[in-house]
Amino acid sequence: MKVMRDTWLVFGRYWGLFIHNPVWVVIGVVQPLLYLILFAPLLSSIAKTPGFPTGGAYNVFVPGLLVQLGMFGAAGVGFSLIAELRMGVIERLRVTPVSRVSLLLGRALRDIVSIVTQSLILIVLALPFGLSINPIGVVVVLALIALIGLLTASIAYAAALWLRSEDSYAPLIFTSSLPILLLSGVLLPLGLAPQWLRGIAALNPLSYAVDAARAVFLGNLGDPSVIKGVALMAVLSIFAVLLGARAFGRAVA
Amino acid sequence: MDGNAIETRGLRRVFKTRNRVVEAVAGVDMTVHNGEIFGFLGPNGAGKTTTLRMLATLLPPSGGTATVAGADLLKQQGEVRERIGYVGQAGGSDREIMGRTELVFQGRLYGMSLAAAKKRAADLIEMLELEGCADRKVATYSGGQKRRLDIGLGLVHDPQLLFLDEPTTGLDPQSRARVWDEVRRMHDRGTTVFLTTHYLDEADALCDRIAIIDHGKIVTLGSPEELKREVAGDLVTLSVKGDQQAALDLLKGQPFVRESATEEGAIRLYVDRGEVAMPAILRLLDSAGMQLLTIGLQRPSLDDVFLRKTGRSLRETAA
Repeated sequence: MKVMRDTWLVFGRYWGLFIHNPVWVVIGVVQPLLYLILFAPLLSSIAKTPGFPTGGAYNVFVPGLLVQLGMFGAAGVGFSLIAELRMGVIERLRVTPVSRVSLLLGRALRDIVSIVTQSLILIVLALPFGLSINPIGVVVVLALIALIGLLTASIAYAAALWLRSEDSYAPLIFTSSLPILLLSGVLLPLGLAPQWLRGIAALNPLSYAVDAARAVFLGNLGDPSVIKGVALMAVLSIFAVLLGARAFGRAVA
Repeated sequence: MDGNAIETRGLRRVFKTRNRVVEAVAGVDMTVHNGEIFGFLGPNGAGKTTTLRMLATLLPPSGGTATVAGADLLKQQGEVRERIGYVGQAGGSDREIMGRTELVFQGRLYGMSLAAAKKRAADLIEMLELEGCADRKVATYSGGQKRRLDIGLGLVHDPQLLFLDEPTTGLDPQSRARVWDEVRRMHDRGTTVFLTTHYLDEADALCDRIAIIDHGKIVTLGSPEELKREVAGDLVTLSVKGDQQAALDLLKGQPFVRESATEEGAIRLYVDRGEVAMPAILRLLDSAGMQLLTIGLQRPSLDDVFLRKTGRSLRETAA
């Protein structure tokens, strides 16, 4: 009960800060939109290559973009936290009886709402290009993206609390998220990849999320990869939330 | 609540760095009474802030025990947090948020209803004279306004015990005086205040008792008056018309004089209590028929205490 109340309070604070600066929503949508307009058309000719899933270039590409949005949208959230550490805000909150899990969840919830909104905008914008999807599929995909956001944001906050400076946080986030994205088949399906690359990708949890999102957009809601991807993200999210809450509980200035 | 506001026994904190172990706080024993203003002084790196952060539940101790506001620091962190307020060096308010919004949010974190939190925020805004800026972003505040807001954030739930970490560092003299007034008002309302400071005049003016910490240990603890008296007596400087030496000979045999010397035509007497010694000196010289030209009383400062106890002057060590 207390955790829910506190989470709601913390969410309210950060949501209030966020909507005063909606430029982030715009930036978050513009980038995937550029991919949609400037990169996706190239896929139409590749779509006939052996190994490329059938179902249309956009139905293959948009799920990858959504996963990318989920991850990149949340990977940078630690920057604002580091600024708050410097202002003493985190210390001030930690002296109150507020639940440590709520300090994490309230913020992550704000990030998730923003990411899910951007995802929805992206899906709608992709419809005229030839994206097809059913309503249940949209719900499943958004839930998956929300989990990716929760997972990434929790890790990002934990990393920010550990590192405490932009100078070490920025390189960590950028050097780790790029290989994770490339090894998940976000841009092109891993079906096109040589065997060794596929072997490495199989170790990357995010590749299962991409598989799941793609299966949904190709109309295979019942595909085992869907439940596999969602379940994997859910389990990892729980661990990440515990890690992040622990970091909030122990943060040392 | 009976008992003391803070009681620590052997409180320790060890930091492990890559190749060595640093004992930042090396066994602190102290008692802070209910309702007093307690000053915590020490050179940089002496363990001041580390001790404060442990007492405020921000940092787990490596050893020892403590009772803070009647709750066990190690086992009842929740209770400690309910009862204390803490204003850190950095303050704690977000530049992008309005002061009133911060106060209301803070109240909600302590379990207040929205209406109660709004009421409390309005009261604090009035009390701290923040009416002019409460509905603007903190980024627009002056240094003094921001510090008063930060103190307000620490007072939202009317804590029994308030920790202030260097509350006046970086403030102009006028704002500093305002903060002192606020601390005295809290004291009048019965709140115990535990503050760290770099300014010895602040500790002297504000604190009922002070402790000096150095190398992680308390080196002295007492009221400013006691500490000063312990270190050195008061200094009475005087000059007489004519023979200085005769006057010195007359005075140095008196029981209240600890040490004496002449310097540049003036007589310097170290005495236990200057306010008592001065009338006696006047009477003695008068009855001996010597004419007094000048007389002055100099009290030892806390800086003398600090120098004696830590081997350093706080002014040198202040950041």
